[in-house]
Amino acid sequence: MELTKQEEKMLSGGQGEAVRKSMEILVALGKIFGADRLIPVSSVQIAGVSYDNLGEAGLEFLADMAKDGKARALTTLNPAGMDLENWENLGISREFADKQMLVIDAFAKMGVITSCTCTPYLIGNLPRFGEHIAWSESSAVCFANSVLGARSNREGGPSALASAITGRTPNYGMHIDANRQASVLVRVKTKIHGTSEFGALGKVIGEKAGNKIPLIRGVHEASLEELKGLCASIATYGGTAMFHIPKITPERTKVPKEAIEVSRDDIKAALESMNDECEPDFVSLGCPHLSIREIENIAGMLRGKHVKIETWLATARQTKRLADMMGYSKVIEDSGAKFACDTCMVVAPLKGRFKCLATDSAKSCFYARGKNAFKVHAGTFEQCISAAITGKWKK
Amino acid sequence: MAEIKCRAISKGTATGEVLLSSQAISFYGGVDPLTGVITEKGHPLEGKSISGKVLVFPNGKGSTVGSYALYRMKKHGSAPLAMVNRETDAIVAVGAIISGIPMVDKPESDVFTLLKDGQKVSVDGTEGKITTE
Repeated sequence: MELTKQEEKMLSGGQGEAVRKSMEILVALGKIFGADRLIPVSSVQIAGVSYDNLGEAGLEFLADMAKDGKARALTTLNPAGMDLENWENLGISREFADKQMLVIDAFAKMGVITSCTCTPYLIGNLPRFGEHIAWSESSAVCFANSVLGARSNREGGPSALASAITGRTPNYGMHIDANRQASVLVRVKTKIHGTSEFGALGKVIGEKAGNKIPLIRGVHEASLEELKGLCASIATYGGTAMFHIPKITPERTKVPKEAIEVSRDDIKAALESMNDECEPDFVSLGCPHLSIREIENIAGMLRGKHVKIETWLATARQTKRLADMMGYSKVIEDSGAKFACDTCMVVAPLKGRFKCLATDSAKSCFYARGKNAFKVHAGTFEQCISAAITGKWKK
Repeated sequence: MAEIKCRAISKGTATGEVLLSSQAISFYGGVDPLTGVITEKGHPLEGKSISGKVLVFPNGKGSTVGSYALYRMKKHGSAPLAMVNRETDAIVAVGAIISGIPMVDKPESDVFTLLKDGQKVSVDGTEGKITTE
């Protein structure tokens, strides 16, 4: 890999220890993946923010980097392990909260915007078409590549941080035109509607096509919310960084020879596979984080009602502020449902607290089962809010 | 004494006993970070400690938090002394670099048949080589 004189200097420690360590990470990744050089990035999204995932060592690493590291690109954060302001209301311990705040402080010291959301594109980190970026958070990477046409590999926490501190990323993978072409054609033979069905579609495609980039035909309409749900599940269940949908996503692709079909039966089976025998004791919506339109919708359903079981609405703090201005927050909080800003059920320390989750999100189902050993119900917003009010799951 | 050329991944040198794993390792969720004991059910090294060994395995797998898990082990003193991969991946490579664990990959000969458990070798992650005694 060729480095400029300035990059050589960064690698040899001429610009401090955090820059040196970051360059070492990026040069090694470049070598492993056959990059010819480093390229500048203008936007970074860092995952690995929850103290539940980082532990003491991760915190130490971040604190070390924060000694002399400064972000050189616009950098935002993934959700933390708690609501940074209202953590007690979510049942988080003070011990955990203190550690989590040290993580946030380390990022803030580096000049990172401590936004704590998996939807950075909704709160001001919105790269344009063709822009080179270094994002972690698999759903956001998929949204950036597919929906925005920006270019990002699926970074891990440390490599995204390294890109923030150096303003660079190795030139390989999704940064190269040829690697953004579809390699599997998906014919969707049924109308897909709502976030839970788009999540189910992502699960079906992910499980059939793995990390290949699909060209999805047969989907003619998709809202912002449906696309973010599709991005989350297709990346969780398959690992792809991108998809194409004609007339919805902006990039062109050749039509691949390999083809698979998705029928109504496949969608039904996927939804059934995410519905266990149990009555919900926890409802969580907002994976990825809720948009203002989704919050408006939920407020309409909760007006004048009371929830019987713990109900979390996960969203970015900025989106919650809009909901405050519009009066949605009051309606929602009067019902007993809680906002979970800056966090979500995937990264909060919830193991052992609940047994059965109701959600619209296929991604939430994966982590609820794998990380927390919960049973799950996946369904529409209406089904989830009804479960919140009655404590019963209606098919 | 024989020398096996490799690709240099993470700087530094270390000498110690080989521990071979025929299967990939998940450092987040597959290893107890306090003891270095492999906890993944059905893994060929289940119940064995990778702490203080020259760990030879094909590649990493699983969550990107694995890099931080290696770092955590290094701080606890439970990390491998050095690592050798057939062809490494971003999670393990980044974990080795941020933890300062010497590491190489792409050895020019098949280390899985050439090396034996308990054999003493030196790994040079700066030059990119393994030296056997």
